[in-house]
Amino acid sequence: MAVIVDYDAGNLRSVQRACTEVGLAATISDDPEAIRHADRVIFPGVGAAGSAMKSIRKSGVDVALRQAFGSGVPILGICLGLQISLEFSEEDDQTTLGFLPGKVCRFQLRNPELKIPHMGWNEIELQRRHPLLENIKDGDAFYFVHSFFPEPDNPATIFASTQYESDFCCAAGLDNFFGTQFHPEKSGRVGLGILDRFRHWDGRVAQ
Amino acid sequence: MLSKRIIACLDVRDGKLAKSIRFVDTKDIGDPIAKAREYYLDGLDELVFYDITASSEARNIMLKVVESVAEQVFIPLSVGGGVRSVLDATDLRMAGAEKINVNSAAVLRPELISECATAIGSQNVVLSMDVRRASKTAEMPSGYEIVINGGRRSMGIDALAWAEQGESLGAGELVINSIDADGTRDGYEISLTRAVAETVRIPVVASGGAGTPDHLREVLTTGKADAALIASMVHYGDYTVSEVKTHLHDLGVKVRMSW
Repeated sequence: MAVIVDYDAGNLRSVQRACTEVGLAATISDDPEAIRHADRVIFPGVGAAGSAMKSIRKSGVDVALRQAFGSGVPILGICLGLQISLEFSEEDDQTTLGFLPGKVCRFQLRNPELKIPHMGWNEIELQRRHPLLENIKDGDAFYFVHSFFPEPDNPATIFASTQYESDFCCAAGLDNFFGTQFHPEKSGRVGLGILDRFRHWDGRVAQ
Repeated sequence: MLSKRIIACLDVRDGKLAKSIRFVDTKDIGDPIAKAREYYLDGLDELVFYDITASSEARNIMLKVVESVAEQVFIPLSVGGGVRSVLDATDLRMAGAEKINVNSAAVLRPELISECATAIGSQNVVLSMDVRRASKTAEMPSGYEIVINGGRRSMGIDALAWAEQGESLGAGELVINSIDADGTRDGYEISLTRAVAETVRIPVVASGGAGTPDHLREVLTTGKADAALIASMVHYGDYTVSEVKTHLHDLGVKVRMSW
């Protein structure tokens, strides 16, 4: 059974519905035990890094997620779930989970016509192959809503980028963790395709 | 590059798709769930459902419609019409709406915007403004006034001032519905849309008057809108969603073309 991690960060039912659509049975839970025993973990979320980390630490979900990561269980981070999987966020100057070396930065845009949050459909450019991005092409568009973006330290952990004034990382991963800044559950057929591949992913990335 | 969004607006009355002209003469024109699914599969970027029934029994019908659409349509879903409280907003969110549109109730009680922003996040709160042309006066410098209750009541509030107030109260997006243009298929209200887009730093959605892809091009370029709402032109079959997008692409507007 897959578990969608609940930490009071946004509407998780849209993620659950999209999982159902691709045939992935997933329960929503904030119980560290359930996360420890999950076959695969989806770590979504919207909202602020500070309150998210507070809620995660309070429930013990942080420890359970670390154990899941350490044991090789496939984990999919979405939006804030990806962001707080890095080490540090400029949002609330928050130390975060640290599965993925790097930090999360605030958009600093020069063009006054570009709005924050970066909201809407934007195209991605693949940087390297990943099992969850097979069948995705350069130029496929995904739905984004965010004001901060991930900046992993190691370029080898960046799998796709998107342009909003300059290029930023929109998909990053390490070992059995993979995360997207965009929302696969709101990105139509191409987004559902990522969830479908996650359903079968063994957590390994071929070199 | 960020695409301009094409949003279809489905007005729902007693669970059925309805369409008005200048906010009156409303007709039932089909099943909103089937239409939503059809547009989604044809490349629509976002959906807005507007509950135009006032009765409380209809609220539950609307929640069922939203739930059913959310199970089959995997693009952002926005819902509005009669949202008066945070509870209304969270009920709709639980049913599957991403964004919540507030309109008349926010004009009567502006704190509704900040309450909703605190509860569900600014990015999910859309301030939908019904506007009508008025004479330019000292109180109404933009020449557009805010009306509520489907255009039946003028509020004596300047549309541009209300847009700014909405942003400062925490709205994450603005929809500008022109009553003068609604359902006419004669083109959007360009000048107000542009004035608002140049004033606020949140996305602006133009609504009312779309009849041809060139109308969308105009409001997305000259009008500086981030997104364009369409209704009659697709509901009545003048165009399909993919035809609208193909035309816009050919006219040089950046839209999402693969889905």
